[in-house]
Amino acid sequence: MSQQDDSPLVEIRGLRFARGDRMIFDGIDIDIPRGKVTAIMGPSGTGKTTLLKLIGGQLRPQEGTIRVDGEEVTRLSRSKLYALRKRMGLLFQSGALLTDLDVYENVAFPLREHTKLPEPMIRDLVLMKLQAVGLRGARRLMPSELSGGMARRVAMARAIALDPMMMMYDEPFTGQDPISMGVLVKLIRTLNDALGLSSIVVSHDVQETAAISDYIYLLSGGKVVGQGSPDELGRSDSEWAQQFLQGLPDGPVPFHYAAPDYAEDLLHGHEARRR
Amino acid sequence: MLDRLQQLGATTLQVFERLGRAHILFYYILVGIPSVILRPRLLAAQLFSVGVLSLLIIVVSGFFVGMVLGLQGYNLLKDYGTASSLGIMVALTLVREMGPVVTALLFAGRAGSALTAEIGLMKATEQLSGMEMMAVDPIKRVLTPRFLAGFISMPLLAAIFSAVGVMGGYFVGVGLLGVDEGAYWANMQYRVDLYDDVFNGVIKSVVFGIAVTWIAIFEGYDATPTSEGVSRATTRTVVHSSLAVLGLNFILTALMFGDN
Repeated sequence: MSQQDDSPLVEIRGLRFARGDRMIFDGIDIDIPRGKVTAIMGPSGTGKTTLLKLIGGQLRPQEGTIRVDGEEVTRLSRSKLYALRKRMGLLFQSGALLTDLDVYENVAFPLREHTKLPEPMIRDLVLMKLQAVGLRGARRLMPSELSGGMARRVAMARAIALDPMMMMYDEPFTGQDPISMGVLVKLIRTLNDALGLSSIVVSHDVQETAAISDYIYLLSGGKVVGQGSPDELGRSDSEWAQQFLQGLPDGPVPFHYAAPDYAEDLLHGHEARRR
Repeated sequence: MLDRLQQLGATTLQVFERLGRAHILFYYILVGIPSVILRPRLLAAQLFSVGVLSLLIIVVSGFFVGMVLGLQGYNLLKDYGTASSLGIMVALTLVREMGPVVTALLFAGRAGSALTAEIGLMKATEQLSGMEMMAVDPIKRVLTPRFLAGFISMPLLAAIFSAVGVMGGYFVGVGLLGVDEGAYWANMQYRVDLYDDVFNGVIKSVVFGIAVTWIAIFEGYDATPTSEGVSRATTRTVVHSSLAVLGLNFILTALMFGDN
């Protein structure tokens, strides 16, 4: 590694990003330490997925810096960005498996694209990665024959095929039954520790994420509104953090979407419309 | 009034923006060609799905079009006592116009729409994004092989269309209506020029191949990544590429055969 081991792997400073008129990040600072599982949490629509795309260099911020392993992502040339991406794995919410290839070929895909390894070695590597996610027996299935949880595990195997330094998970637990949720939770932690990765988990599933992460950032309204280890956050007196972690329906994040006065709206709304 | 003007301006800007994006994409597709040539397997797979799978519709349509030309041509020519020139008429119509144009229209409907839908769905299901994150350039890996396949397939399909059409004309003219077989072939051989007719027809189909495949690929790549977006992109592919083929055909015909 090009940097000393105690420096953060990802260092985000003063990040501002807007889509049209909508400000998504308004000056956030985030450090992702090496070797740990860091969670980015927040309600839907706070731009958590956008953050991963910014780290991966698929989007460019209007302002601020994003350094990954010492390299400034926003200023990298195309070829250097691609070289950096070979060391990053991103697990999409949908899995993003190539639908015309079977499980085996999907996992072999990055190896075939980026290496000139002989076929027997590719086979061994693919089977090792599939074994790690427990799907060695499913190697000849097509993506359409997989359940959502299995598709994500295959995508995980594919993401670790090139032995990256970091893994990013985009909502890995959404829409999973309890068993596959448990499998994914366990896999994220064990892969991180066994392969010496650094992981970023973007999620709004509080229990699962808190169980495996070493550090949590809470995002809301384009700002970091809380951070700390799961225990620290649980004890925090921030109203926002408590509402989010306990899933309270009303609080700093109001139940009602911004609207004009209720009584006013019912009584006089039709006049306004006529005008 | 001002609103309408504003709308008109916005639409015009959007059209130019899309044109710009299409040209930038075209440039990147061309840049990717060397890397595809180094991996002939990628190209072969696309040649199969774009070209070989379009073969049936091309052959069947070519035969029917040839038969109609034989029938109509015979009815017209026999009144002037020149039914023996039927071969010339069928061959020239096919090689100069019908072959390239009808093939391109069928190709837009059969392969172009499939290309758009496939690429659009790959975008909607984040497969293209996923490739980018695996440091694989989706333009080189997905788009360029498809473009090259269309570029190579179109002239071959058009040639097959014309050849089968000539056979169709022969079947009706000689086989059913009694035109002299020797006259059918000999007049054709005498009058159809390799450079002026056949070669110009090939140029046409190359141009149509580029236009149709480019439109199809761009529409897929630029599609809004939803089911509605992909369906609209597919429709646009067929409409735009058909119009482009017909418009280009007029320009090319005027350039090639204008002074005859």
